Amino acid sequence: MIKLKDVSKSFNKQLILKNLNLEVKKGESLVIIGRSGCGKSVSLKHMIGLVRPDAGSVLVDGTDISTLKSEELDRMRLKFGMLFQGAALFDSLTVLENVGFQLFEYADMAFVQIKRRVSECLGMVGLQGIENMKPAALSGGMKKRVGLARAIIMSPEIILFDEPTTGVDPVTGDVINKLIRHLHNTLKTTSITVTHDMKSAYQIADRIAMLYDKQIIGIGTPDEIKNSKNPIVKQFINGDAEGPITQGNGSRF
Amino acid sequence: MRIKRLIKIFVQKTLISAKTWLEDCFKYIGGLFILLAQTVVGIFSARPRKRQVLEQMNKIGVASFPIVFLISFFTGIVLALQSAYQLTQMSAEMYIASLVALSITRELAPVLTALIVAGRCGAAITAELGTMKVTEQIEALETLSANPVEYLVTPRFIAMIIMVPLLTVYADFFGIAGGYLIGISKLHITHSMYMKMTWDPLSVKDVMTGLIKSVSFAAIICIISCYEGINSQGGAEGVGRSTTSSVVRSFILIIIADCFFTGLFYFVAH
Ligand SMILES: Nc1ncnc2c1ncn2[C@@H]1O[C@H](COP(=O)(O)OP(=O)(O)OP(=O)(O)O)[C@@H](O)[C@H]1O
Ligand SMILES: [Mg+2]
Repeated sequence: MIKLKDVSKSFNKQLILKNLNLEVKKGESLVIIGRSGCGKSVSLKHMIGLVRPDAGSVLVDGTDISTLKSEELDRMRLKFGMLFQGAALFDSLTVLENVGFQLFEYADMAFVQIKRRVSECLGMVGLQGIENMKPAALSGGMKKRVGLARAIIMSPEIILFDEPTTGVDPVTGDVINKLIRHLHNTLKTTSITVTHDMKSAYQIADRIAMLYDKQIIGIGTPDEIKNSKNPIVKQFINGDAEGPITQGNGSRF
Repeated sequence: MRIKRLIKIFVQKTLISAKTWLEDCFKYIGGLFILLAQTVVGIFSARPRKRQVLEQMNKIGVASFPIVFLISFFTGIVLALQSAYQLTQMSAEMYIASLVALSITRELAPVLTALIVAGRCGAAITAELGTMKVTEQIEALETLSANPVEYLVTPRFIAMIIMVPLLTVYADFFGIAGGYLIGISKLHITHSMYMKMTWDPLSVKDVMTGLIKSVSFAAIICIISCYEGINSQGGAEGVGRSTTSSVVRSFILIIIADCFFTGLFYFVAH
């Protein structure tokens, strides 16, 4: 469904991704793990065409999205929902207008209907009665959940989640994990989730891919990853300070 | 020998930096024209966003009214007083009315209004769009299949193009009113005389040239401030930087455009 082929990308002459290959199958839930700053958000942005690769190609349903014109890209993006790491809610709009953005823009729906649908989506992420608030008045975790509601409102085929459970309490985190799983089971969405949280990764993933040193170094089912022989993967999922990732400079005490 | 080599290196370095400077300049101006084209296309192709346009008209026009009033009124007063210095010596006080009317409508009202709007609203637009850029809101718009230029720039452009000329007409009126106040109260010109000396030399062409200028200034302010905002980089610091350069560059281009139009009208008229 989505295929990154030999993608290379650099920012300010610094190479972030190098010949990265990754395939996401239709209907699967893929989790990408990796250290902070290794390029997870950048690879997610490649999939929806926000970032264009310097070399290589990104295929969505077989079409190379870097060749699309902007209107075609806009049309293709209707298939996608995306939750940004920083939520990226529109400051000037209320929660209702944020979550219902696409309905107000494209759907031929009455205001009451939109309002009902927005409340329903907010309910799914455990929020209610905040429709008329502005994003500036929300807490970090609430913003994240509003962003999540905005990403799922059109029931898109593909959803990209950038750290959906970071910054929310463990209970809400579990609600979000269950929600992702639920969307996946009921709507057959393809979802790609970036996370640091191994517990949530095991819970939502069909497959887990680890990004390290500009490439995918390991990919497999949660069990395969848990039993991986690769020392880098092992160190990461166990969260050790000592190991090949840190190469002797992990602990300085 | 050594001095020769140093001079050679110096010349080379200067040439290289001049070249990159020129390249950046062309890139910037090219970027402005592309944004202008996309914005104008957006006016006709995208569906109209009445609410946003009205909101921006309120922010740009209605909210700028007090400061435009203040500055144009006092400019009228100052203009009358300064010219009174010279003209009373020649007992030609009554020409003050004509002088104020012409210089306000042809030059001062459009330029002052544009500078006020650039400082007040251009900076605000850059800061708002810049913050949206660095907090990924513009990317979020794209993922929601909304075209950022059509959604953000076009409504502001329409509002500017309508409101800046309107503000200029206000400024024309209040500038002349400022001159009138001085003429009547201090220089003892009669009301009917002042009115006659204001209206007689003033033609529709004078007001129109001022308005043509102000439409082009509006386009300059809107495109520069949106371009700087959309291309902000590097967090709060970057937004600050682009806000500064938005105002500075708007001022520079407004003055250049003013010079251009004044020259054009001068040579066309002669
Ligand atoms: N627009 C950009 N301009 C310049 N550099 C960028 C840009 N976006 C990302 N980078 C760089 O790319 C690298 C990877 O960034 P990315 O946001 O993908 O990290 P990440 O894996 O998502 O990290 P985290 O887990 O902390 O979110 C970083 O070093 C960052 O500095
Ligand atoms: Mg990230």
